[in-house]
Amino acid sequence: MDFLFNEYILSMIVYCGVNIILAVSLNLVNGFTGQFSIGHAGFMAIGAYLSAYLGMNFHTPFILNTILGGLASAAAGYAVGLPSLRLKGDYLAIVTLGFGEIIRVVLLNIDAVGGARGMYGIPKDGGFFWTYGWAVATIFIISQLMRSTHGRAFLAVREDEIAAEAMGINTTKYKVRAFVISSFFAGIAGALFAHYLCYLNPSSFGFMKSIDVVVMVVLGGMGSITGSVIAACIITLLPEALRPLQEITKIDFRMVIYSLTLIILMLTRPKGLFGNLELSDLWKKYVKRHS
Amino acid sequence: MFKNLALALTAVIALTSCTKKPSTDGTATSSNANEILVGEYGSMTGSEATFGISTHEGIQLAFKQINNTGGINGKLLKLISLDNQGKPEEAATAVQKLITQNKVVAVLGEVASSRSLAAAPIAQQYKIPMVSPSSTNPKVTEVGDYIFRVCFIDPFQGTVMAKFAAENLKAKKVAIMTDVKSDYSVGLAKFFKEKFEDLGGKVVSEQSYASQDIDFKAQLTAIKAAKPDAIFIPGYYTEVGLISRQAKGLGIKAALLGGDGWDSSKLFEIGKEAIVGGYFSNHYTTESKDKKVQEFISAYKDAYNKVPDGLAAMGYDAAMVLVDAMKRAKEPTPEAIRDQLATTKDFIAVTGKITIDEKRNATKPAVVVQVKGQDKYGYVTTINP
Repeated sequence: MDFLFNEYILSMIVYCGVNIILAVSLNLVNGFTGQFSIGHAGFMAIGAYLSAYLGMNFHTPFILNTILGGLASAAAGYAVGLPSLRLKGDYLAIVTLGFGEIIRVVLLNIDAVGGARGMYGIPKDGGFFWTYGWAVATIFIISQLMRSTHGRAFLAVREDEIAAEAMGINTTKYKVRAFVISSFFAGIAGALFAHYLCYLNPSSFGFMKSIDVVVMVVLGGMGSITGSVIAACIITLLPEALRPLQEITKIDFRMVIYSLTLIILMLTRPKGLFGNLELSDLWKKYVKRHS
Repeated sequence: MFKNLALALTAVIALTSCTKKPSTDGTATSSNANEILVGEYGSMTGSEATFGISTHEGIQLAFKQINNTGGINGKLLKLISLDNQGKPEEAATAVQKLITQNKVVAVLGEVASSRSLAAAPIAQQYKIPMVSPSSTNPKVTEVGDYIFRVCFIDPFQGTVMAKFAAENLKAKKVAIMTDVKSDYSVGLAKFFKEKFEDLGGKVVSEQSYASQDIDFKAQLTAIKAAKPDAIFIPGYYTEVGLISRQAKGLGIKAALLGGDGWDSSKLFEIGKEAIVGGYFSNHYTTESKDKKVQEFISAYKDAYNKVPDGLAAMGYDAAMVLVDAMKRAKEPTPEAIRDQLATTKDFIAVTGKITIDEKRNATKPAVVVQVKGQDKYGYVTTINP
């Protein structure tokens, strides 16, 4: 029993939750709205640092820190999104990429949050219930959103921007909305991460972290919340699950297997694990076939 | 609406049940009664892989030697090494795993202070002693009473170079050039100044710059006017290289001094002839005539067929200090090991005689080396604390 329920396993489950929030929220922009953002780690960093800073210096309640962190990220998302979402395709990718790097470099140079040394002594908070509470909230809000008028507008923007515009949809406005909501949840994920790990370093929010989240979205299927959830778990757990292999063989090909798995998955399921289907769609299919 | 909520909940439940999978593969290392499990975490992959690998080899060598000579009070040491890819969050996860799943009695690591800082709170929380081989930032051991290190801390190097300037170089007047953007540089400069003035010297000029500056002529002109015997530049190799060239261009003849931030082959590539003759403090040098050092070098060469770098020596020392504490402890329990670590005194290690002080930092000598050319450093002296 000790191997099943210990802090290590719990910490992996919590990181899964954090990554679920990140992947599902990025899916709103990359999957549902059809934009391409690769700066999610930057928004995560804003939420993480602000929340940690407030918790450390003002001892404000955890829930307040988390939400303020999310709001700050949302504000940054608005500031970045408004000018850049008028652009299309690759341009947004480059702008978000640049933004992510700017955040990281700025954090490296702010002494109040520890700079390159990192910020340590962050009050321990959150954990399983907070993380999964927020994960459920993220999944619920985004899936509800996709069933509303807004959701339909997001999909219209993805399918054909000109046609959407012709139907009277203010495409920039909807793109910015998706972007702001997505950034908000990234900030929340950052705050949960910060208070769980109790240590922050700008190097945790580099380009590779953004790419990790993009991989989760693509692997799960662009536009599938279920897919994002499953892929987030796979990406988080796979390297850890491969650790015993390294301990036994003494050779470190953990990352090689990890990368190979991703390549094989993408070759066999080019649209991602779930394509754009949800668990409920699959259930309906199953029922139809067996009735 | 509620159907959706149900969907979200099932997704979460589905995932929690799948997260338990990796644990069933029996990672747990059954702790044999005749084995003592020690964990190590380091950057075996990633951009700082060379650091992690050198340290790992040093630790492995130490454990092998101990096991070949009968282990600790009849028990053999078993090392469990985990990779953290050079990421702080991975370091925390690795230590979490070592402690809660592998049930190690002590943890060795990390090289970089940032990763030690991420992992130390976890070791402290479970009251498992952690020995860092080479994290020099003072904050690391401040995390708690289970966190130790076997290297000296940043400010100490300032003191070392002040002693060296006053006693070996017989300098009376020095100038200081500080990188104000770096904690490390500011710390070194502060302690250098205090010690040098204590020893009766005079700081005639204090100039500052910021990392990534390119032009230092204004500061150097001011320094030249003050006519110092030596200039202390506790920065990193890139700027130091540039400063040395510009100082030479201005005709400054004073000796250049620095800390282990100089230790890179880039230093000579940038500074060329201008940096030759400069002195800096370091943890260890292969040039040392000390018997212990030469023994270590030949053992390491036999095992890995290469010359050990500073990090390998520090890894070896960290392991040996831990082993020494385990030998003195009646039972290999984390508490007993911690108590013995805290009382380590005059332990003869490769990088000098180590005494652990009340802040769990190592008091130990530093070596001063002189730049001779590309990757060539001449051993000058050893300075004791």
